[in-house]
Amino acid sequence: MDLASAKEIGAGLAVIALAGVGVGIGNIFAALVSSVARNPAARERVFGLAILGFALTEAVALYALVIAFIILFV
Amino acid sequence: MAAPGKIDALSQFALHPMLGPLGRMGFSQSTLMMVVAAVLTLALLVLGMRPRAMVPGRLQAAAEMIYEFTYNMCVETIGPEGRRFFPFVFTLFLFILVGNLLGVFPYFFTFTSHIAVTLALTLAVVIMTTLVGLIIHKLHFFSYFVPQGVPKALLPLLVPIEVLSYISRVISLSVRLFANMMAGHVMLEVFGAFVIMLGSAGLLGLLPAGLALGVNTILIGFELLVAVLQAYVFAILTCIYLHDAVHLH
Repeated sequence: MDLASAKEIGAGLAVIALAGVGVGIGNIFAALVSSVARNPAARERVFGLAILGFALTEAVALYALVIAFIILFV
Repeated sequence: MAAPGKIDALSQFALHPMLGPLGRMGFSQSTLMMVVAAVLTLALLVLGMRPRAMVPGRLQAAAEMIYEFTYNMCVETIGPEGRRFFPFVFTLFLFILVGNLLGVFPYFFTFTSHIAVTLALTLAVVIMTTLVGLIIHKLHFFSYFVPQGVPKALLPLLVPIEVLSYISRVISLSVRLFANMMAGHVMLEVFGAFVIMLGSAGLLGLLPAGLALGVNTILIGFELLVAVLQAYVFAILTCIYLHDAVHLH
């Protein structure tokens, strides 16, 4: 296997991390839905927290993406 | 473009020297955008607050909303001491927010898509929080790294982990902002290249080209969301770090 194809495979492997991120973001919004359903009055506060959690989880996806970019282009 | 048929996604982040003699001193379009962001922020606050009306106009309402939003975030997260750090957080938040939003406009440049810029901002935050902790708590600050209510036998394992997680804030905070902005713009570039490639492929490519154009339009909306969200996340994490420094857990 030459280096170029190994790089492309490696970049593909690097973004497997997105599976975990998908589970994480799904978890966050599932928890958001159930907590708003239980206590609709708390929507404002809980929504802000959910968005914060979403951004933090999404960042993990982007770390994987950055690693893939570094493998591909650097 | 690099090799033909290959999408050149990263050349949009290349820096070019600008304004003749200034450019030779390292003045790039990124620096220019920082100046623009600072001027826009100042203009919003100075011009917006000039009328000092009881019933605010549009600009004044916007300035007051951002001010109060950040102020509440500071005080709620850090506690009453948050008022002392409000100017720092407010400056940081507005600078990053305007910088992120400038990147959505055509022909503009996102200076937050460079790791050098975000790393410098992050270092300012982390060094400041450490200094705040040291000044308030003196040497007692280092008890921050010793978790309470843990068996003594576990401490040699836990203290290095705490120290490592404290230091890795520098990386996580800077890479988060940088990666978000860079990934968004790479995605726009990739779908823009799809439009051109498919559109020039003949009649059969027109429909997928239209689809890619639609995706790109949605992505710009998503970029607006990410721009605001990441500025908010950066500001609130700064607040959380400051809270840790002021209260030690």
